[in-house]
Amino acid sequence: MSKEVVKEKSMVLQKEMLGKHFIELSRTHETGKKVVYTFVPGNLSELILAFGMLPVYPEINALQSGMRKKSGSFIREAEKMGHSEDVCTYVKCDIGMMLNGNIGPTGEKLPPPDLLLLSYTGCFTFMKWFESLERLYPGVPVAMLHTPYQENGEITEEMTNYMVEQLKQEVIPKMEMVSGKKYDESKLAGILENSARAEDLIVKIFSTTKNRPSPIDAYFAGVYYIGPINSGFRGTPEAVTYYEALYEEILERVRLGLGPITPEGEMEEERFRLVVEGPPNWTSFREFWKLFYDMGAVVVASSYTKVGGVHDLGFRHDPAQPLASLGKYCMNCYTNLNLPQRIDLLAKYITEYHADGFLVNSIKSCNSFSAGQLLMMRQLEERLGIPVSFIESDLVDPRYFSYSNIKNRLDSFFQMLDQRKIIKGQMEETTA
Amino acid sequence: MHTEIQPLLETCKQLAFDLQFSHAKKWKAEKAGRILVGYMPIYFPREIVHAAGGLAVGILGGGDHKQIIKGDAYYQSYICHMPRGIIEMALDDNLNGFDGFIFPSICDVIRNLSGIFRMLGKGKFVKYLDFPQNFEPAIGGTFYKKELQLVLDEMFRITGRRPTMEELNHSIGLFNRNRQLTERIYDIRQNYPWRLSFEDLYCVLRAGLVMPVEEHNRILSEILDYVKQDVGEPMDKIKVVVNGAFCEQPPLGLIKSIEIAGCYVVDDDLLVGSRWIQGDIGDDTSDPIGAIVDAYLTKSTFSSSVYDVNNPKEARLIALARHRRADGILFAAASFCDPALLDRPQLQKACDDAGMRYISFQYSENTGQFKVIKEQVGTFSDSIKLWEEEAVMGN
Repeated sequence: MSKEVVKEKSMVLQKEMLGKHFIELSRTHETGKKVVYTFVPGNLSELILAFGMLPVYPEINALQSGMRKKSGSFIREAEKMGHSEDVCTYVKCDIGMMLNGNIGPTGEKLPPPDLLLLSYTGCFTFMKWFESLERLYPGVPVAMLHTPYQENGEITEEMTNYMVEQLKQEVIPKMEMVSGKKYDESKLAGILENSARAEDLIVKIFSTTKNRPSPIDAYFAGVYYIGPINSGFRGTPEAVTYYEALYEEILERVRLGLGPITPEGEMEEERFRLVVEGPPNWTSFREFWKLFYDMGAVVVASSYTKVGGVHDLGFRHDPAQPLASLGKYCMNCYTNLNLPQRIDLLAKYITEYHADGFLVNSIKSCNSFSAGQLLMMRQLEERLGIPVSFIESDLVDPRYFSYSNIKNRLDSFFQMLDQRKIIKGQMEETTA
Repeated sequence: MHTEIQPLLETCKQLAFDLQFSHAKKWKAEKAGRILVGYMPIYFPREIVHAAGGLAVGILGGGDHKQIIKGDAYYQSYICHMPRGIIEMALDDNLNGFDGFIFPSICDVIRNLSGIFRMLGKGKFVKYLDFPQNFEPAIGGTFYKKELQLVLDEMFRITGRRPTMEELNHSIGLFNRNRQLTERIYDIRQNYPWRLSFEDLYCVLRAGLVMPVEEHNRILSEILDYVKQDVGEPMDKIKVVVNGAFCEQPPLGLIKSIEIAGCYVVDDDLLVGSRWIQGDIGDDTSDPIGAIVDAYLTKSTFSSSVYDVNNPKEARLIALARHRRADGILFAAASFCDPALLDRPQLQKACDDAGMRYISFQYSENTGQFKVIKEQVGTFSDSIKLWEEEAVMGN
């Protein structure tokens, strides 16, 4: 394993984009730009951009607090004010961060919201979260967008109409009121063109893991790749440039036959190809990742990177029908799919990406992902005959990351995968 | 306790906790064409099933009456207990004979449970009923109407008939009567809670989830007649409202413990689905489904499952506690229940601001030890009884 850390062009671009965004946020008191707090799944970035407003994503703040080892104290702060140990730690971390001055990842204070945009997609807790925020920011308008669940594995005309009507009569009027600007559909359509380009590119990027060795890790590195498309840049020319640069870099790795880049350099031998279901742990992200790359395990597909949209099933934002397309986007996020759809999607990944094993990282905080995962695991094992395993951790509560438990489970899993390879090799030799 | 009501209360208790749903299944077997539609907490407009010639049956989990073996293989330890009891029942064939299942949109766990039922192939239909969080008639109302139409379509596929306008209005009237009787009993208990224990009231209401509304209305009428009488002896207890237990039900032993520890429960949200609509639904309209929809949009009670920014639940809870002249609120929520537990800090803050006393605890439907909760509730009751200036007895 090489120890050299290489900053590629795409990494620099992403850093610049995020840096510029946080500078803009810190200067809103001078520029007068309005700030919208909203969520990643079902985010309406394009609409926010069309009104010239700036998004803030509380769950991204929470995960960054987790990575910066600040979440533990924020969570305890929220628990002191009455929150139960049992509930979503993103919510508690976010509330704790606010109680501690709302300092963002760059060390600067984040501006308070001018609008709370509750795009309630695939997670019931989002609604409870924004009810709490509404009390913490009294008087700030809340725009609620209730996204119907794909209970039958389809998006019906009625569901789309419901979304469009809510956008027209609830969301857009509040955005007009807050921003002081009129809704401009042609401007939105122009932004959506860039969204579709970025979506084309990200689908191509995640498809490169079909190569052997996989040039990227679609989970641990994947969470960085989805940053721009999920955190307010979808629809911008910068996002398109970023994904073009990233795609070129990855294609170059494919040409050179290189494996993924890890925090300790390039992974030299790909021993195991995995599909992973569930969000990662953020408080011990590096340690967690290391448990995989030290064993030569690369994640070739993950459900978490589809939490902000399942573009590889064909959905693209459509400039020809802006509002309907925003509605369909919201309904098409991973946790808004029903369990049979999720299982089918994971089965497709396991098959098409030639995975050796399937792993669930079950998150204590996240019922939207976790409830049903055990059945999903059994179904995939039965359907595909693939080895499966299960580990447990949490999003941002460091009390629920047990390194030794996770390591033991993973070691056993990798041993099982090794054994299987040996047996498979022996069977092939016998047949030959 | 007057002896004449005792057999009825015993029957209700037996029916309320009959996890074989024998009474409902017997009702179905008595006449061809009848269907059973199981629904999960909290609220479901049972009127539409009744009008279609069916019986909507409330499924509240296995409680402490069902040993969980298979259900634990479906849920991690940090997910609430109720769905594993429901899965256990489904796999043990307790739910055989049910034609369909409704999963109201109250949380991610119930939502994903609908997927598990689909995967297990339970019932002739599985419907996740997506209640609108938009309360504009032209937007959320239109969407909800379509959702109800889908339920009617599923039932039509089984029964081959659609309820008429008259049948729907008739069913709405029966459920209006059911809610009226229930509220009358609550109103009388507000002043005379010793006439019917909370445990008995709970069993009577819970029994109503597994029997035809006509039968339950007769039972409620008898109970109402009973509580109108000057029966029982008041005891030195405080009056409380119980909040947060809307989905996973506390075991009966816990409900008893609250009373034994010194509290009269004068309102609660344990079976809030049966009391969801506050007031009547129009029962003489040409658009009965529209009337059900309208009632949901404009007459729903408050709940952790409903977006409340335009009508904050904390104000409604305080108003309820004051209306019931309660001395305090017991926040009792199931462990790992995100909706109830995430509401708790703001509800508690509202209590602090309003000078309303409260305590909070968590439980699980199969909790077997009540000593700690009993002591906590007892201390709360004593602190109010012993150190408050005003008498809390009677009115």
